[in-house]
Amino acid sequence: MKILIGISCVPDTTSKIDFVENNTRFNTAGIQYIINPNDEFGLTRAVRLKEEVGAELTVVTVGDASVEPILRKCLAIGADQAIRVDATPTDGFFVAQQLEALCQKNPFDLIIVGRESIDYNGGMVGGMLATLMGYSYIPNCVALQMEGQKAFLQREIDGGIENLQANLPIIIGAQKGLVEESDLIIPNMRGIMKARQKPLEVIPSLEVERVTSDITFEKPAPKGAVQLVDVDELIRLLEEEAKVL
Amino acid sequence: MSVLVFVESEKGSIKKSGLEIVSYGKAMANHLNIPLVAVTFFNGEAELLKTYGPDKVINLTAKEEIFNAASISESLKILAIQEKASVSLLSATANGRYLAPLLAAKLEAAYIPNAVALPNQFSPLRVKCSCFTNKAFKFTQSNRAHTVLTLATNSFGLHENTGETSFETIALKESDQSLKTLGIEKASAAISIADAEVVVSGGRGLKGPENWGMIEELADVLGAATACSKPVSDLGWRPHSEHVGQTGKPVASNLYIAIGISGAIQHLAGINASKTKVVINNDPEAPFFKAADYGIVGDAFEVVPELIQKLKAKA
Repeated sequence: MKILIGISCVPDTTSKIDFVENNTRFNTAGIQYIINPNDEFGLTRAVRLKEEVGAELTVVTVGDASVEPILRKCLAIGADQAIRVDATPTDGFFVAQQLEALCQKNPFDLIIVGRESIDYNGGMVGGMLATLMGYSYIPNCVALQMEGQKAFLQREIDGGIENLQANLPIIIGAQKGLVEESDLIIPNMRGIMKARQKPLEVIPSLEVERVTSDITFEKPAPKGAVQLVDVDELIRLLEEEAKVL
Repeated sequence: MSVLVFVESEKGSIKKSGLEIVSYGKAMANHLNIPLVAVTFFNGEAELLKTYGPDKVINLTAKEEIFNAASISESLKILAIQEKASVSLLSATANGRYLAPLLAAKLEAAYIPNAVALPNQFSPLRVKCSCFTNKAFKFTQSNRAHTVLTLATNSFGLHENTGETSFETIALKESDQSLKTLGIEKASAAISIADAEVVVSGGRGLKGPENWGMIEELADVLGAATACSKPVSDLGWRPHSEHVGQTGKPVASNLYIAIGISGAIQHLAGINASKTKVVINNDPEAPFFKAADYGIVGDAFEVVPELIQKLKAKA
């Protein structure tokens, strides 16, 4: 089975979010980049699938050379090879089209992306790629088991779980639950050494038209100070001031 | 030209987010002075939408209420073309965010997710959206003639409208699909976090899963959904479907009550869209106090039972 895992590099979850150049650009100064957590849950499930049923794992990201350490980390976690599409991603559709070009040339049985990136929260690459490729897409995926060419999956829905069955090829949107936080693989020295020998291919990007543009950014208005109260006062405020009871 | 909205329903009843998206769509249609077309699937009470003023309601019918994103997005695409829609609007719910990218790719439209307000300009369309898990907003512009947009839930509210509404039913276009739904397991909780007006959430300060009785009781008194912090779900005290925060579920309720949750930045990001935030914690230095509207510094094991008792006495 050939598995492609789409990786997005995102600011660490504790990053201070700030903007520069008249609020037109995210301030990357001092930002530590990590594998998007949802992608990491997906990558970890792929490594386990390789152990369970055998698979060849390719990780791909769209980005400039600065993202290569993240790809090396994916290789250290257990991916077999990495591809970097050499471009600065502009929006989700741009990324979906880059991945489509890759998948048309070199088809995969299973494509795993994160349910969304924690920076732009688009949650669109998987669904768009599935539509472009004519594959089924299963977002918010919290379980995946393989039986031959059949996949048994669970999708988290508002207020429950949906059980699904699909024939490969499919695309899933990974999230926590697909594997648990405690299952995440911390690369060991052997993994890191091996990752240095694994192939990391850089391919040119496809010229595509930009469908959306982020014009400016804004931070939420600063919040007033908390009112410290007792139980009686809390109930009164919730009823009379906030009007939420 | 028209504005198209997809209105979600569940077990035949319209969801609150469905009424919100029609309200939002109507405001946009009024602004553009074009008709609003509301599309629903397997909806038993489509006539209720009249109150929110769509010019036309199209109910997609099928043999069973099975949500198949490929089929529904294909029907939406056909209707968007037929109704000459310039914008297609969906709620930013699990199913809305499932359909929207499929629809956008089919229509070769621009897709703008998580809008939090009406567009601040219409030509080209530019709208404020949440990003960085509610830690910031961006103004995103569409560069295409057709824009697919999802609206963050509980960000616009419900607004009734008047006007003539026509009703149609059309059979869902079943697209050839290898994806089969085997069944749905509903969570035991009566109210889901996504639909809840009030959410009561517990953290590690509650010391163990055996102490969740009072959280559930408070939720019951308030008609609230229960939620938890990341460490609580990682420790297995509560199912991970209750985890709210950056890697868990987002919360956009009217009232969020955090009990024994210190308020890690990732947790606060996930609940930022909630309107009123209350914290109950014995540590006055807990970061949650900086994010909350109201706070009680005290032992949850004393405060929560008192709160339950006093709320019950009022009911």
